[in-house]
Amino acid sequence: MTTTPSEHAARETSRDAATRDAAASLTGVETTARSVAEAATEPATGITGAQSLVRSLEAVGVEVIFGIPGGAILPAYDPLFDSKVRHVLVRHEQGAGHAATGYAQATGKVGVCMATSGPGATNLVTPLADAHMDSVPMVAITGQVPSHAIGTDAFQEADIRGITMPVTKHNFLVTDAAEIPQRIAEAFHLASTGRPGPVLVDIPKDVLQATTDFSWPPRLDLPGYKPTTRPHGKQVREAAALIAGARRPVLYVGGGVLKAHATEELAELAALTGAPVVTTLMARGAFPDSHPQNLGMPGMHGNVTAVTALQKADLLVALGARFDDRVTGHLASFAPDALVVHADIDPAEIGKNRKADVPIVGDAKETIVALCEALRGEQAAGRPDLTTWWAQLDDWRQRYPLGYDWPEDGSLSPQYVIERLGALAGPEAIYAAGVGQHQMWAAQFVKYEKPGTWLNSGGLGTMGYAVPAAMGAKYGRPDTTVWAIDGDGCFQMTNQELATCAMEGIPIKVAVINNGNLGMVRQWQTLFYEGRYSNTRLHARNPDGTPKPVRIPDFVTLAEALGCVGLRCETKEDVDAVIEKAMSINDAPVVIDFVVGHDAQVWPMVAAGASNDDILAARDVRPVFGDGQV
Amino acid sequence: MSRHTLSVLVENKSGVLARVSALFSRRGFNIESLAVGATENPDLSRMTIVVDVESQPLEQITKQLNKLVEIIKIVELDAAAAVQRELLLVKVRAPMAERTQVLQTAELFRARVVDVNPDTVTLEATGTPDKLQALLAVLTPLGIKEMAQSGTVALGRGPRAMSGAGTLRPVERSA
Repeated sequence: MTTTPSEHAARETSRDAATRDAAASLTGVETTARSVAEAATEPATGITGAQSLVRSLEAVGVEVIFGIPGGAILPAYDPLFDSKVRHVLVRHEQGAGHAATGYAQATGKVGVCMATSGPGATNLVTPLADAHMDSVPMVAITGQVPSHAIGTDAFQEADIRGITMPVTKHNFLVTDAAEIPQRIAEAFHLASTGRPGPVLVDIPKDVLQATTDFSWPPRLDLPGYKPTTRPHGKQVREAAALIAGARRPVLYVGGGVLKAHATEELAELAALTGAPVVTTLMARGAFPDSHPQNLGMPGMHGNVTAVTALQKADLLVALGARFDDRVTGHLASFAPDALVVHADIDPAEIGKNRKADVPIVGDAKETIVALCEALRGEQAAGRPDLTTWWAQLDDWRQRYPLGYDWPEDGSLSPQYVIERLGALAGPEAIYAAGVGQHQMWAAQFVKYEKPGTWLNSGGLGTMGYAVPAAMGAKYGRPDTTVWAIDGDGCFQMTNQELATCAMEGIPIKVAVINNGNLGMVRQWQTLFYEGRYSNTRLHARNPDGTPKPVRIPDFVTLAEALGCVGLRCETKEDVDAVIEKAMSINDAPVVIDFVVGHDAQVWPMVAAGASNDDILAARDVRPVFGDGQV
Repeated sequence: MSRHTLSVLVENKSGVLARVSALFSRRGFNIESLAVGATENPDLSRMTIVVDVESQPLEQITKQLNKLVEIIKIVELDAAAAVQRELLLVKVRAPMAERTQVLQTAELFRARVVDVNPDTVTLEATGTPDKLQALLAVLTPLGIKEMAQSGTVALGRGPRAMSGAGTLRPVERSA
């Protein structure tokens, strides 16, 4: 089997064309740092690999890097000292990774973090896995031990390329300084196109120190990477026909709509179809909560109407969503009567969990635009009547609104705190949550109106995400108020980055929802382990189990020690005042210790592995849907 | 369960085999055999992967493989429309009294003798997995001392090739 020279030539030509396209799309990355980019694209000879790296980062338009230096990456930090690319010195590499993620989520640009070899690099594994699960565009640059030492168990050696293969979209080990501009360009192209994701570039110390030449733009050589962005016309027409014929349709909107910047297009599709919209945990803000068609969040802690709408639908139009187990519950009983239109940029998501009747591979924005166009043709003869469906949905909405009870022991309600925070900070602010009860309450009780205002760790569920992610978001959008809504468990994992915020002038605000427990785990112990609270208490207690009148740690003095303003609130009456006080401080980070009751629970709830039909609106309260099924 | 043979063109770079094998293990896919080797193009290697799956997971396997940046193209080779071969080296107990029987068996299966000593004979055989299984079934009672077997390598029949003009149809990237 041989290929003729002309066939080789043909392939080369198409590959070069693809390279040009990719290079052209890269220039789109240079937005804020255009002058930097222009200066940096001057060719250079006889420079070090490290200088080539920094020039490449400048050329690709990087504004900020979150990182920590160390032995193997040290050569890169020397030219970085003179660069217009700003570096934020974090206190732990995990903070660098989540800061890059928060920056990317809030700005839509690629977030960048940097670490040294070995432990520096392995500390990035969690944020890489987090960004991978939530499809966040991110580039991580790590130093590696010198080439000759690789494989010898050298000091601070870790095979970070091997370690991160399963948790990155792609990764590179650079073996020649001449490759540096190309690998950096490829990394940013891979991270930001198709289904976004994290890309790691590992560079041995001797490669950073070697002498090399620099020119820009480099040729991209990614012959196996061709994401499909334009949806197939026939599939779109079939989807439009299904939408036009559906009586109980639901637009099931996932994070892909935010990634594709397709929220305006989504609003148009919603208007055209008149269909209800549910926004998943990753899609909060993709469609305004104030819009009457928005039913809110589906899933394990979604509201009754959103969950039940999916269950009773005759058509699901999934847009950039992946039928995650936290949304579907028991898969076999999920939306049993629904046909499925599944649009996603990643073909592997389609049919992975739920069979798609009409699969559409493409960018969410292009897909929704095409769907709207096809739908106008379908609707020439008139729009379907969804009155009955809406009557049913409105009935559920009225009977099962989101709500909460005040703790019987008179303590502060965490839901109330979060609800007031959302009301006072408003839809212009950015909210970053950790993982657990406070995250679910923040998804439920803050009303999101705009894209890029809700940041959380959806897929991986990374406790400790909030503070560093808020820091990255605030860096990227300095004129926006950024609140981290954190639990006391999460806060104790990454609060060291408040020192970074204080030193670097990144005045985030943190609301610690302090219930003295790992609250979500405690909730499960209450519900499924007979109240046996094994290792979930974080507050100090006496040997007999009664709470000690001591705060360990005292979050107010901890905040002050970290260079922040520390405030505390323990009563309902003080909630508004303390939030307003925090809002009035803009020259330092602020931490509010909200001491709340420990028995508050997140409701509604679909127990893990249970069917969405078995949703409980509150403990032991099963909704009645009035259709013979309960 | 059914066997499928995937012919996968990949970039000839370090780490590609690790990416592919790690993908199979973390997604819970079963590899029956995997063979990697050079192709007519020095920039590309070919992996021939035999998997044992239901057809639905096969679609997931090919889609997940296609997501790997260094994978260029995947073709499923239908057994009827492809040549598939494995290589077997087998060291058989063959004292003088039983040697004739071993050699006759080798001849029947068109296996070649590649090493001889007073106690054993080493045979080299190529063929389809079925043929090699049959050979082993006959040799087993005679006493197999040790054996080494390659994974399947395969090429589509007919004039078309996986790369270049008039190519074989790839497994769809889109659903």
